[in-house]
Amino acid sequence: MTKVTLTVNGRAMSGECEDRTLLVNFIREKLGLTGTHVGCDTTQCGACVVHMDGRSVKSCSILAVQASGSTITTIEGLAGQGELHPVQAAFKEHHGLQCGFCTPGMVMTAVDMINREGGSLTEEKVRAGLEGNICRCTGYHNIVKAILAADAEMAGGRQAAE
Amino acid sequence: MYATSYHRASSVEDAVKLKSAHDEGKYLSGGMTLISTMKQRLAAPSDLIDLRHIPSLRGVRIEGRKVTIGAATPHADVAASRELAAICPALCQLAGHIGDPHVRHMGTIGGSIANNDPAADYPAGVLGLGATVVTDRRSISADDFFTGLFETALAEGEMVTAVTFEAPEKAGYAKFNNPASRFAMTGVFVAKTAGGVRVAVTGAGSSGVFRHSGFEQALAGNWSADALSNITVDSSGLMSDLHANAEYRANLVKVMARRAVASAG
Repeated sequence: MTKVTLTVNGRAMSGECEDRTLLVNFIREKLGLTGTHVGCDTTQCGACVVHMDGRSVKSCSILAVQASGSTITTIEGLAGQGELHPVQAAFKEHHGLQCGFCTPGMVMTAVDMINREGGSLTEEKVRAGLEGNICRCTGYHNIVKAILAADAEMAGGRQAAE
Repeated sequence: MYATSYHRASSVEDAVKLKSAHDEGKYLSGGMTLISTMKQRLAAPSDLIDLRHIPSLRGVRIEGRKVTIGAATPHADVAASRELAAICPALCQLAGHIGDPHVRHMGTIGGSIANNDPAADYPAGVLGLGATVVTDRRSISADDFFTGLFETALAEGEMVTAVTFEAPEKAGYAKFNNPASRFAMTGVFVAKTAGGVRVAVTGAGSSGVFRHSGFEQALAGNWSADALSNITVDSSGLMSDLHANAEYRANLVKVMARRAVASAG
């Protein structure tokens, strides 16, 4: 067993696991954060997307030991005190989910997209940015709408703050 | 996944030492192929030597027109390099269309070429640019590096540390995606380099990436998509699988080559 230490959603956390333990299983089973989902388990569907050192990654395809020492943000870390993150609020407002299984990965992917290209997203860029995330319910239209709306709102917030 | 032991290398020397101490071990870069393969129990290395935390292996360095990309540089960093985009945008474009955004945050150029998947994008770029693959012990020209399906000139325990090349006068890359995996069903990289025109094809050859000399000669005389109009691509030696047969791929080779030349300008 190896000790894995992570900063998860701003808190230092650690746990013991086998070297072959996947990051997603460590997060769900050792840390008890079950918002991150396992969908396909083959690096295709993106339900397991978390941020590692500020970048979106598929946690089903990374070993927990590989991630040790890094800073992780999961879906549980997005909302502020009792208030949804603007991307979460936009998914709610624009009905960007049906069954909700893919939603944690979609939201984490959207936040990563806005972090990288905030204010300049287009429908085409959003659809390309969702290449690694599969939704079997929505047909993507409302997910794309939600991400564009959140981007516009967050860009407005940034401008107001300047 | 079978049990394995993880080691984090701090330097190239440390990595090579760890590898030599573990016969059945493997180097682990971004892991975007290796971890999936291990999950399917198609690979079972006793030990993994993680290269992601070796600082000297990361980053794109440019001196004049000479480009050096560290082996553990993720695809996203190559895609986003403004300095590289200024002198070789085709390689940024290639890197920016590998897999999906999450895969591009982890997967690395060194991992991709060392694995030499016959449908991977980077082998076409590296061979098309006539790049040099630098390892812990020598330099290997791209023409000698890719030797077959998942096969390279790397010796046991040898590790890719960088890829270097002179920025070409012009270059372009076009690929026809497998719609599910985003691997190339056929991808063609064309480059007008100081050493001549080079055309490298991935995703199509049954022995992996290859150069197309007919296209190279035609483009050397006339750098335009139309120069390829009357050349027929031989389908023998091309892959047939459930996605496309060899004849279909032969047609794709030509269509992608024409698009690549057009995109290079």
